[in-house]
Amino acid sequence: MNKITHHLSDQLLIGYSAGTLPEAFNLVVATHLSMCDECRAAAQSFDSIGGALMQAQPTEDLGDAAFAKTMALIAKGPKVAAPAPAGIDVPDPLSAYIGGGLSDVKWRPIGLGVRQAVLKTSHAATARLLYIPSGAAVPDHGHRGTELTLVLQGAFRDKTARFAAGDVEVADEDLHHKPVAEIGHDCICLAATDAPLRFSAWVPRVAQSLFRL
Amino acid sequence: MQMKFNLVQQTGASNHQVAYAAFNSNAIYDQKANFRAVTQTTPKNTWVDHLKRIQTDQDQQAFAELFRYFAPRVKAFLMKSGAAPGMAEDCTQEVMATLWHKAHLFDPSRASVSTWIFTIARNKNIDALRKQRRPEPEELTWGPEAEPEASDVLAMQQQSDQLSQAMKALPGQQRELIEKAYFGDLSHGQIATETGLPLGTIKSRLRLGLSKLRQTME
Repeated sequence: MNKITHHLSDQLLIGYSAGTLPEAFNLVVATHLSMCDECRAAAQSFDSIGGALMQAQPTEDLGDAAFAKTMALIAKGPKVAAPAPAGIDVPDPLSAYIGGGLSDVKWRPIGLGVRQAVLKTSHAATARLLYIPSGAAVPDHGHRGTELTLVLQGAFRDKTARFAAGDVEVADEDLHHKPVAEIGHDCICLAATDAPLRFSAWVPRVAQSLFRL
Repeated sequence: MQMKFNLVQQTGASNHQVAYAAFNSNAIYDQKANFRAVTQTTPKNTWVDHLKRIQTDQDQQAFAELFRYFAPRVKAFLMKSGAAPGMAEDCTQEVMATLWHKAHLFDPSRASVSTWIFTIARNKNIDALRKQRRPEPEELTWGPEAEPEASDVLAMQQQSDQLSQAMKALPGQQRELIEKAYFGDLSHGQIATETGLPLGTIKSRLRLGLSKLRQTME
């Protein structure tokens, strides 16, 4: 894989470590961490802060039977998690949400050749896969909240930079952009938004009400 | 006193009784005095040895000591994160049971015991309180299972200790901000706009794991 140049912010990594992000953001973070050693190491560091905080804080007493009840839980045996499907073309955390690989995604056209698939997460934010054909663009839009866009395949450009596989763009209210897929490869992204996008033109605005953009 | 049982192979109600006896045999002392004894006479990384004893021998004595130290901290973390006392109590028991079941996955060259338990408690919090799934990064392939290098274990535990010290040394206001971020009092948006968060201070201390990770990947 090419070198990843656009990383997650410390704020997002702290939120992931603290467990305060919406599920859709956690999905983008976990998928990026699967691709990016640098952010994975940083996330581990933020976990250690959590560990240090937990250890240093005042304690809360447990009930008298807590230990016995815990031993009873232990005796029941561990919960067995379903094994991750093997040989998949996306990182494990994402394939768990797709229920397989990219060939299993149920794409829906949203206009101008762009397709999307909304993934099932909690409602605090929305996660979607975006398929942007080579040379096509996601309509010009701004953001009311935060939008995370992680490139899985291909690359896109907007006025700020070029984003290739593994790169993540963190967009907030200040950014108004029009991501265009590079010529040569179709671009597939995992995106999460915690507020509806703000489209400039009326056609995408109509589409927005139909497609939860 | 060393009590070792292979709990997994036992069945029936005797489990609780045996386990409870292990806990009580240690609890005849005044709890606080005993707690002081544990923390004073043993170095910080003693919990690593406790976990190893659970890993290799299903050592309930080690588990009982670990439980006495960490369970009240896990419960406090869960309550600060918004769990009602009853729920925090139940979740703490589940967290500690998970610790037992996953003890074989703990690698002391990659995390301190408190960090590892924190991640289990956090995931339980997301699962039980926030009713969300928790996507976790793909496991790295670490090659053939080898005993972690003693020097790596020591380095990780020392770094964790230094981090704890550095956190204690932070000015009160900055420390409070970090606590708020971790205990859920700051939303993501607030963290992003909160300029007082001492990220620079922490980050200079936070190359934890990075060099280790690089070594492994190369």
